[in-house]
Amino acid sequence: MLRTFPKGGIHPPENKLTSSKPIKRLPVPKVVYVPISQHIGIPAEIIVDRKDKVEIGQVIAKSGGFVSSNIHAPVAGTVTKLDKIVDTRGYKQQCIVIRTDQKDETNFEQVDLPLLEEFDLEPQEILQRISDFGIVGLGGATFPSHVKLNIKEGKNLDCLIINGVECEPYLTADHRLMLEKGEEILVGIRILMHALHVDRAIIGIENNKRDAIDNFKKLASNDPGIQIAALKVKYPQGGEKQLVRALLKREVPKNGLPLDVGVVVHNVGTIFAIYQAVQHNRPLMERVVTVTGKKLENPSNFWVRIGTPISDLIDAAGGIPEDTRKIVSGGPMMGRALKNTDVPVTKGTSGILVISGGEANRGAPKNCIRCGECVDVCPMGLEPHLLMNLAEKGMYEKAAQEDILTCIECGSCSYVCPSHRPLLDYIRFGKTIAKQLESNKG
Amino acid sequence: MSDSILYSVILLALLGTVAALVLYVVSKKFYVYEDPLIATVEDLLPGANCAGCGSPGCRSFAEKLVGSEDISDLFCPVGGNEVMNLVAGALGKEVKEQDPTVAVIRCQGGCDVRPKTTEYQGPRSCAISSLIYSGETDCQFGCLGDGDCVEVCKFDAMYMDEATGLPVVITDKCTSCGMCVDACPRNIIEMRPKHKRDLKIFVGCLNEEKGGIARKACSVACIGCSKCLDVCPKEAISMENNLAYIDPELCTLCRKCVDVCPTHSIIETNFPPRKKKNVEPEVTIKVEPVKPQNNA
Repeated sequence: MLRTFPKGGIHPPENKLTSSKPIKRLPVPKVVYVPISQHIGIPAEIIVDRKDKVEIGQVIAKSGGFVSSNIHAPVAGTVTKLDKIVDTRGYKQQCIVIRTDQKDETNFEQVDLPLLEEFDLEPQEILQRISDFGIVGLGGATFPSHVKLNIKEGKNLDCLIINGVECEPYLTADHRLMLEKGEEILVGIRILMHALHVDRAIIGIENNKRDAIDNFKKLASNDPGIQIAALKVKYPQGGEKQLVRALLKREVPKNGLPLDVGVVVHNVGTIFAIYQAVQHNRPLMERVVTVTGKKLENPSNFWVRIGTPISDLIDAAGGIPEDTRKIVSGGPMMGRALKNTDVPVTKGTSGILVISGGEANRGAPKNCIRCGECVDVCPMGLEPHLLMNLAEKGMYEKAAQEDILTCIECGSCSYVCPSHRPLLDYIRFGKTIAKQLESNKG
Repeated sequence: MSDSILYSVILLALLGTVAALVLYVVSKKFYVYEDPLIATVEDLLPGANCAGCGSPGCRSFAEKLVGSEDISDLFCPVGGNEVMNLVAGALGKEVKEQDPTVAVIRCQGGCDVRPKTTEYQGPRSCAISSLIYSGETDCQFGCLGDGDCVEVCKFDAMYMDEATGLPVVITDKCTSCGMCVDACPRNIIEMRPKHKRDLKIFVGCLNEEKGGIARKACSVACIGCSKCLDVCPKEAISMENNLAYIDPELCTLCRKCVDVCPTHSIIETNFPPRKKKNVEPEVTIKVEPVKPQNNA
């Protein structure tokens, strides 16, 4: 019997079209647009000016506080302007525009680095590097990693969990990374175990990625500290709380963190970035992005420099198909529909999904028929229909009492609703207001 | 037979006496003095409980009026100067006359001038759609057209114009309570003085983009060209972030800025038709109609 989380969850069609396609390196774009807010927390502060020459990997925006992250130049070139560009929500955000220097060889040199297994850094130095090299959670939430790794005294940490679940349909970025960079990821895990003083790590992978599970089992066979766990395929298993529950049967308290039950969770992509930062002094300036869609000519996985316009990615995958109705940044469940394709790839972009025809439509909402499906599938044990009603009627305090703030916004409720009710839209809105009310109170 | 009648009469009489005593003691012990003026003032107020004055309702506003020494800062926008003068008479305090204001919509981006570039299928609520993304058009500042302002108006003073997809204020009904100003996530609605005959001049745009980008998104956008700044004799117009703003305190309604605006983003309302000077085609400027559409 495979492990999984007990409450709720759904199983949307997997549609992993690109799981057998090796990650290709996308050509370096002529111009990159690097937003200064690519992470949760305070935006970084720009420290370059117009016409400045920048080296590849140079810090161009400095962390603006503790919950913030450095941003590095993804290419060598010249800063042409400090401008505003649309983000995934369509609002303009400050960004640094760099024109790539076509003559600079570092831009185009072979970027695959040799495996480097030995490390002799002190834990403090490792954490410092993770902070300096702008590592954030690459699973999608983009929470600065050094904050997660900063274990306060009194917390009893005994296990490191590596999130290789990738429960979102369509996306295969983590899957391919686990297959191609398995050894590097294992080194990364050992580095983190050393830095956090833990002797146990579990890699959680859903059972639809058998090849990745077998790969890790083979590579880690002589390391008793690292376990590989196959999990039953169920969305949203990639959520931290769900994953901790599935692997260790520990319940993360509501409004709490995995650290409260002695666990730290990191995505495999983050682990690889940490490996590169610690072993090769390489800042986070590229990531794997899955470009996919049923009508797309050539859906692929790409290594992409941060700041590459999304239109470049779609062109490399065969261009926008004729009857495209929606382009989503991220997976189909939690991603955001894009307003246009000028939006650059940021640290949090895990996939680009091109949806065609009728699949893009949401369906007209009808009345709630009280079937209770949303309650059944909610992985947090909430009552989405009730929360939506409360948010719609402006009863935000009551909604807060009903734990609206513990919602992880996985969208399972909206997915199963037979009346196509916009449950998550209202819950997200209610959450925003409830959060405001709470911070006003505190 | 007669016994049982007698007993019940005695019992009830006793019970009544005891209850009366309890009630008497409690009412003496827990007596709270309330200024009878509060009730008087509350009767004078409109009773709309719209919260336009800043208090949650008319009762609490009455308490505030009676309680404070100086009430010159307090004003009931719904009742206006008339009601405030009555209140001042009842309380024997001074009030300050205020110019009546009215809500104006600072966006003219109807479907014909501001093309839609995306399609929104979520819930029809400005608060939610502004949370999700920047709207169906390329302008991230303008009206979203989902009618949150119309929804909150307690005086039926607003409706959505189906032709343009924008809200319209019925100035005669608007009490300037300010509910719509708070409801708009884009901060498009502003309270401006009503002046005589409801004459108003204001910039009907909030787009802070540079001229070209703003114009591309909406053909009646303020492009920040500063022509109005130069022509204004009273220096009532200021320019910030490529966007003009007309200070209602300084504006003398001379209409010079309306004439020079190349994108017609400055709106004039209720002015008499101009005397024709040259043969230039008449600029079509939307004047708020007074009759609501039949869409209740």
